[in-house]
Amino acid sequence: MAAIFQGVGAAAALPSSPSYSFDSNKSVFSPRRSFSVRKGASFAVVRSDGTVNLNPKDRRAQLLISNAVATKADSAAASSSSKPGHELLLFEALLEGLEEEMERDPHVCVMGEDVGHYGGSYKVTKGLAKKFGDLRVLDTPIAENSFTGMGIGAAMTGLRPVVEGMNMGFLLLAFNQISNNCGMLHYTSGGQFTIPIVIRGPGGVGRQLGAEHSQRLESYFQSIPGIQMVACSTPYNAKGLMKAAIRSENPVILFEHVLLYNLKERIPDEDYICNLEEAEMVRPGEHVTILTYSRMRYHVMQAAKTLVNKGYDPEVIDIRSLKPFDLFTIGNSVKKTHRVLIVEECMRTGGIGASLTAAITENFNDYLDAPIMCLSSQDVPTPYAGTLEEVTVVQPAQIVTAVEQLCQ
Amino acid sequence: MALSYLRSSSSRSANLLRPLSSAASLRRPISTDTTPITIETSVPFTSHQCEAPSRSVETNPSELLTFFRDMALMRRMEIAADSLYKAKLIRGFCHLYDGQEAVAVGMEAAITKKDCIITAYRDHCTFVGRGGTLLEVFAELMGRQAGCSKGKGGSMHFYKKDSNFYGGHGIVGAQVPLGCGLAFAQKYSKDESVTFALYGDGAANQGQLFEALNISALWDLPAILVCENNHYGMGTAEWRAAKSPAYYKRGDYVPGLKVDGMDALAVKQACKFAKEHALKNGPIILEMDTYRYHGHSMSDPGSTYRTRDEISGVRQERDPIERVRKLVLSHDLATEKELKDIEKEVRKEVDNAIAQAKESPMPEPSELFSNVYAKGLGAESFGADRKEVRATLA
Repeated sequence: MAAIFQGVGAAAALPSSPSYSFDSNKSVFSPRRSFSVRKGASFAVVRSDGTVNLNPKDRRAQLLISNAVATKADSAAASSSSKPGHELLLFEALLEGLEEEMERDPHVCVMGEDVGHYGGSYKVTKGLAKKFGDLRVLDTPIAENSFTGMGIGAAMTGLRPVVEGMNMGFLLLAFNQISNNCGMLHYTSGGQFTIPIVIRGPGGVGRQLGAEHSQRLESYFQSIPGIQMVACSTPYNAKGLMKAAIRSENPVILFEHVLLYNLKERIPDEDYICNLEEAEMVRPGEHVTILTYSRMRYHVMQAAKTLVNKGYDPEVIDIRSLKPFDLFTIGNSVKKTHRVLIVEECMRTGGIGASLTAAITENFNDYLDAPIMCLSSQDVPTPYAGTLEEVTVVQPAQIVTAVEQLCQ
Repeated sequence: MALSYLRSSSSRSANLLRPLSSAASLRRPISTDTTPITIETSVPFTSHQCEAPSRSVETNPSELLTFFRDMALMRRMEIAADSLYKAKLIRGFCHLYDGQEAVAVGMEAAITKKDCIITAYRDHCTFVGRGGTLLEVFAELMGRQAGCSKGKGGSMHFYKKDSNFYGGHGIVGAQVPLGCGLAFAQKYSKDESVTFALYGDGAANQGQLFEALNISALWDLPAILVCENNHYGMGTAEWRAAKSPAYYKRGDYVPGLKVDGMDALAVKQACKFAKEHALKNGPIILEMDTYRYHGHSMSDPGSTYRTRDEISGVRQERDPIERVRKLVLSHDLATEKELKDIEKEVRKEVDNAIAQAKESPMPEPSELFSNVYAKGLGAESFGADRKEVRATLA
């Protein structure tokens, strides 16, 4: 089930402000998974200072091997039979991405609780301390506010720390550092300092982890100006996003999910990254656009199976970029299907879905045939009891019902 | 002393026919025996900015037997929780306290239920010490209605308001400012009680702890900060996380006391001392030198960052229950058989509680929306279909 998605037209086609940096004026083939740049294709990059750079002589971009993913339309079928690449779990993909970047750039270091000798509480940093030493893989005391602040301070001088929150919820202790320093220093210093930090960790509702360990920080952080937020959902995009986040000059918060670490997938052997600002077309369709990210992607795909049996053709997009939204991809989808369903794990009030609803309504209201539907988690602390926790988050059955209602 | 003479004389008569139980019947019933005994702690207290209390602790047979029984109960409860977790009846995070029972039990012996205790996520035994029942513990761990938080909190969120147990907190160190707040309220209402805010050696490096300590010292609050130093913050040993692992000295201007946390009597003495101090002079830090046999939680094997020899070494030399057992036997307060009977009884109690907890039902779906607010604000929450499931957040 391959998707050929042509990014066409100039920025003018998109009735939104071109303040994001995205690749337009390019034709890309997007096989099953994600975008990659074809060698020799010209593409424009809109920089944050407003200049547009055609065919950037970015050394790093030219180092990318563009045929990392097959460019044939039925690559999905081909890859499973010819078996290029290697199979691994999502946490191993993150580890691979991190390790490759640490080898490539000596400025990259990791700091967090139990990331070094213990190997990371979810094994994302396993073996790194042995390989790179204690100064590059730092076991911090339990002092999130301080070590996040220290990471930002180090980033101001040019180091590229990857700060791990053992659980995203713990980063609430570092909210001030993330908001005021990480997000705003580039602006308040008039552009003198860049903060190339990556803040990552698992979040989301797990398996009965209790209220304090089931938080969705993306809804709290989304207002902070100056940061980028991405959420990975497959081993392929986990590795790609990790590498892109480390290479980015902007502070990036990479949201992983506690329940997705053991997903298995076959990924390419070659070096590749995923664009931080792009959404991923998971399943093209005609009837309704379903926007989702992280774990809910799997609930949506499960519902999609049922929907297909019932005769619907949903288009599923994993938005991946939580800040800024890839309104280009999303907009093109809305123009095609005219119906939008957002499925998220954030709470109803003030979540990513709420912002996305507003953004789509503002920009694409004329293309909508029905009001946007947003399925979110309940506005309650996540209870411990398993049956209650299940009702807290969106289940596939509810997605099916929602699509049926939307398509009436 | 007369009792021991009596016993040895009967054994000297080489009367193998006389069973031990008849010797026991000559003794006063141990459960109510309050003849004072003075016992010296094996390790002296080390103090910082204050005078250490005496090593001689006053106790009595009844208390020692209570120590034994309570610690055996806690130990059995934690081991049972381990099995339940492996059987997937308990899910999520489960942090076990076995090895550290002496802290909970010794503390309770020195204070009243008017004093407040607040701790972190390793709270099952502290809850039981405060009067929580085994049914409440197991039901909460299994997410049932009979749990102390109605199944909505889980392992890390045990609370008992009527005996001033304030939890039960998942975020490391966050309970310490809360504890100082409890102390503030106690000073405000002038009720001569104190607060024990427990935290671990990992949490000792949290900034909020020092902020709260500074304010407590400034305002003379009856706050006692108790560092349960089990030497490991999950996988990080204390020497790798703290420049100065002398946690009792970290208060600088606040006095501190280092206590052998595996000795229930030493803990009792220290807490008694701390309570008197806090009521007069403001905050004090107690460092309990203790050890946990399990890993940090059920998902941590506990052997990647420490050797099995270390664990078994501590178990052999410093186990709190064995220590009390030896005391009881050496002072002839009970026989081996009696102690074993207590352990059997305790085991049965735990098994009964588990069986009862298993019968408790899961919470009703409507419980999802209750207790979000104290008084319903009329805020409505819809199920995903926005039609059928409609609840007002209560």
